[in-house]
Amino acid sequence: MTVSTTPDLQATAQRIRRHIVEMTAAAQSGHPGGSLSAVEILTALYFGGVLRYDPARPDWPQRDRFVLSKGHATPVLYAVLAEAGYFSTDLLPTFRKLGSPLQGHTVRGKPSGVEMSAGALGMGLSFCIGQALAARLDGRDSRLYCLLGDGELNEGQVWEAALSAAHFETDRITAIVDRNHFQNDGPEGEILRLWDVAEKFRAFGWHAVQVEDGHDLDQLLPAFAETAAVRGRPQVIIAETTKGKGVSYMEANPAAWHGKGPSPEQLAQALEEIGP
Amino acid sequence: MTPAAARVAATREAFGPTLIRLAEAGHDIVTLEADLSASTGGRQLKAAFPERWYTVGASEANMISMAAGLAADGKTVFAASFAVFVPGHCFDQVRMSVAQPGLNVKLVASHGGVSVGEDGASAQAIEDLSLATALPGMTSVVPADVVEAAQAIWTAGTTAGPFYIRLGRPKVPVVYGDEYRFALGRAHRLREGGDATVIACGHLVAAALEAAERLAAGGVSVRVLNMATITPLDEEAVISAARETGAIVTAEEHLVQGGLGAAVTRALAATYPTPVEQVGVRDRYGESGRWDQLLERFGLDAGGVEEAVQRVLQRKI
Repeated sequence: MTVSTTPDLQATAQRIRRHIVEMTAAAQSGHPGGSLSAVEILTALYFGGVLRYDPARPDWPQRDRFVLSKGHATPVLYAVLAEAGYFSTDLLPTFRKLGSPLQGHTVRGKPSGVEMSAGALGMGLSFCIGQALAARLDGRDSRLYCLLGDGELNEGQVWEAALSAAHFETDRITAIVDRNHFQNDGPEGEILRLWDVAEKFRAFGWHAVQVEDGHDLDQLLPAFAETAAVRGRPQVIIAETTKGKGVSYMEANPAAWHGKGPSPEQLAQALEEIGP
Repeated sequence: MTPAAARVAATREAFGPTLIRLAEAGHDIVTLEADLSASTGGRQLKAAFPERWYTVGASEANMISMAAGLAADGKTVFAASFAVFVPGHCFDQVRMSVAQPGLNVKLVASHGGVSVGEDGASAQAIEDLSLATALPGMTSVVPADVVEAAQAIWTAGTTAGPFYIRLGRPKVPVVYGDEYRFALGRAHRLREGGDATVIACGHLVAAALEAAERLAAGGVSVRVLNMATITPLDEEAVISAARETGAIVTAEEHLVQGGLGAAVTRALAATYPTPVEQVGVRDRYGESGRWDQLLERFGLDAGGVEEAVQRVLQRKI
């Protein structure tokens, strides 16, 4: 398989990164670190031809669903939905402000394109199983994509869902683990070690794909192609990522950048580093 | 109205047959169970409509978020277990996956209250109504008998939005005949009286009717309201009862904080302060025993209601 990443996709990823730091700076809160780590994953899904969607018809039954289970990563989701045309990028500076549809954590249908409420971790994969069963009952071929944080894998419900998805042979579910090795309180190694995530999912009956660089679209897009071809089993892509990717001071101190917005000076530096 | 007290049935017996009727009538229902489907009765749907029935094993949290996913794509979803597990074992999933997005999920919890019996405290839900009624947008119903249970389940299956329906394990008196029509959010006056009103839910409705009969022999005239819908509460019926009878007793198989009694007391305090006595569980958990022994020990029977009426009459201004 040959996939050529167009410069357009990389330019899109760059714009999304700029939105993320601008939104969290304007809000003086929010979750930039775990949003920046997922930029290429969402870019591949929404702009790399993976996800079937139509911003003019957010309720289109035949659409694929993308469920952000790590519901604190709203900056990357809102930036992507705006770039995809669900709403104007003019709305992005209202993020987390009173009266804005851009809530701190996801709220189903606010704004259009947000498939499910999240914020308490661990629920998205179960939700996708329900949607997969509904699609099966209705004879739709919609696929379900679910983004999980690696810290989120601490939640027992994820593993209940992992058992369930394999049991029901929901092969239109692809989970993606944003494997940035950091969670709210610090590095995974100090908080709760996950060991080999791919092997864990395989033991639960899943098809697991390891992506060594989750910021490389040339690795992500083939992984999505591989998983879409799997029959009879759900699939997971373990994408090795960097928390705060693209902003040097966040990459250097990821634990400090889980849940706060950059100052004006830090924003200027971040935009400089990300580039136009 | 004369109660048809000769007949007994468990409210949970209504679940399976009503699911089948809903599916037969063409409603796009799906039922999820968490490894207790013989006890809830939901398994009966499997034989008739296997594609509409799933068990997820003992994973209640997963079940509730799955139910949300099915509901988000147009299904009317019933998610059933014991009342200690739904909402007790998965409260955050009920809150985040169902109640906040307002999805069309019907939580059907059997084995409510201490009348579960021998299984003891861990299995006896006495705080489930506190949890369910705490959630904005959640309609909570505790049917008085099997007739009302069938109609409440049917109503839930044909009314949009999240529901919590609490059913019971033991066979209790059947209060209603087939002519009864359940009205969501409306109290049903089963007996007229002027000295006090008993507002009850679940099998305490039958106990309240029995207590009213006994009290009548002593010259005390008691109104009996079946308040099957806890949220939204029929405040109009509560306030009318307070104005017209001047004394209120609430009766439920639940802790006195957070259930029917708490809702009635709150409504009255805000609008028409009236003496209230609550029949319910106070500051303790359940224990093992035969269900009828437990109800007697906890005062959740006609005797308990009768005593509460006598107490409230002493306080009546």
